[in-house]
Amino acid sequence: MSISHAPPSSPEPDISGISKSVETGPGQPEHSAPDLQPLVPASTRRTRVPRWLRRTAGPLLLLALWQLLSGTGMLASDVLASPGRIAQVGWDLVADGSLPSAMGTSLQRVAAGLLFGTVIGTGLALVSGLFRIGEDLVDAPVQMLRTVPFVGLIPLFIIWFGIGEAPKIAIITLGVTFPLYLNVYAGIRGVDAQLIEAGESLGLSRWGLVRHVVLPGALPGALTGLRYSLGIAWLALVFAEQVNADAGIGFLMVQARDFLRTDVIVVCLIVYAFLGLLADFIVRSLERLLLQWRPTFTGR
Amino acid sequence: MATDVHRPVTPTANRSARAVHVEGLTRSFDGRAVIDDLRLDIAPGEFVALLGRSGCGKSTLLRILAGLDRDIEGTALVSRRRAVAFQAPRLMPWKKVWRNVLLGLPGRPERAVAERALDEVGLGHRIDAWPKTLSGGEAQRASLARALVREPDLLLLDEPFGALDALTRIKAQRLVGELWQRRGCAVLLVTHDVEEAVLLADRVLVMDSGRIAHEERVGLDRPRDIADPRFAGLCARLLERLGVDTASEAA
Repeated sequence: MSISHAPPSSPEPDISGISKSVETGPGQPEHSAPDLQPLVPASTRRTRVPRWLRRTAGPLLLLALWQLLSGTGMLASDVLASPGRIAQVGWDLVADGSLPSAMGTSLQRVAAGLLFGTVIGTGLALVSGLFRIGEDLVDAPVQMLRTVPFVGLIPLFIIWFGIGEAPKIAIITLGVTFPLYLNVYAGIRGVDAQLIEAGESLGLSRWGLVRHVVLPGALPGALTGLRYSLGIAWLALVFAEQVNADAGIGFLMVQARDFLRTDVIVVCLIVYAFLGLLADFIVRSLERLLLQWRPTFTGR
Repeated sequence: MATDVHRPVTPTANRSARAVHVEGLTRSFDGRAVIDDLRLDIAPGEFVALLGRSGCGKSTLLRILAGLDRDIEGTALVSRRRAVAFQAPRLMPWKKVWRNVLLGLPGRPERAVAERALDEVGLGHRIDAWPKTLSGGEAQRASLARALVREPDLLLLDEPFGALDALTRIKAQRLVGELWQRRGCAVLLVTHDVEEAVLLADRVLVMDSGRIAHEERVGLDRPRDIADPRFAGLCARLLERLGVDTASEAA
């Protein structure tokens, strides 16, 4: 908004009623009536279009443009299928059961990888976070291994584990382990020393301190780590499934590539995106539930 | 702290009619003695205030008596049942108030135990609150309830009113005075507020360069009146001991 003042020398007072009431009596120093400016509540100046509508308009326009380009033939279907076609193919894939079964396989892989990765990452973080000897033994090797890009290990994993489920789950496990390790470890080491001291003065045993002070204090870090891990788990899944898969979303995509079916590929990408969103939603809900004590918590 | 799990500060603890007995206590940081051959006795049920400029070692002494600092030389005998309230309330933010109060108690104490302790400090209505929703004064009272629920023979208070606003501080001081009279436990109050010390304590100690440099018995009847000229005189004397010259300041 612009802040505009009436000219100071304005002959007419802006608010005549008030100006009259401050009429100066005899003998009193004369006060000129101050310029009063109405402060309009911010809510009355908002535009009429609701925010959610404005925010959805952009993507919808893009979708419409895409459909238009496909419909006029400017966008060939073997480059990118039209939105309508994609919806149709998506529906067909769901109807004939191939997409649900592929999703089931992929979800199982992610779940197994997440489980192993969580157990290993959190376990290692506990060992090196809680014990000084653990830190000396565990932290350096983990920090070294962390710098190896896990995708680069796929050939090695295929030699070790063959081409079945094992290398795929191993890749996801590896991807999940490190972010969890780093965040849980940092969370444990970041617990307020004053609280530890208070716990000590209250007579908590070593295990009591871990249970009542250290672990709850490390929880925000652990959940951040879980969020990173979930993101990486999907990424690892995409890589793992494009190698010698005979089931799963990645397999559907490889197959579609061989038949130049861009529509199926886009459907699979959308499925990946939705699974990622779902995972994020789950972690958010967990945070809402477990971190409601946090003073900084604002996600209600 | 009802801490039978804790060892005494030195293993040679024997029963005596003292809440605290410290002799020849020395604590050095990097060769610099912060507490130097200190001697201190506190009788059971006695309220002792410890004054001193910042950095004189008074908080270090309190941490030693609380059993939190064991890099010491000399003799230090402290009541086994002792409790600490720190300057910051140090409540676990992830535990509701009543769970904070019961934290570290042996066995499986019931909620009613916390309820009684919180009622005693006038916080019974916030028993289910998260610490983040408490005001500064409320959090400090919760911390006090957490100390009292351990039924200590010795209560160690480390500038517990330092972070409170003036009005809340007056109320909290009054509360501590009442609790002390009701419980009859020995109290060591570390503070830098001379008025607070004279208002509450039986005996005021002034600490300087790692020792008790001065000791003053407060002979005034309770409840004490800040407007009493003897009160003001005592404060002035103690301030002088602390190196603040009130006369020249007034001039």
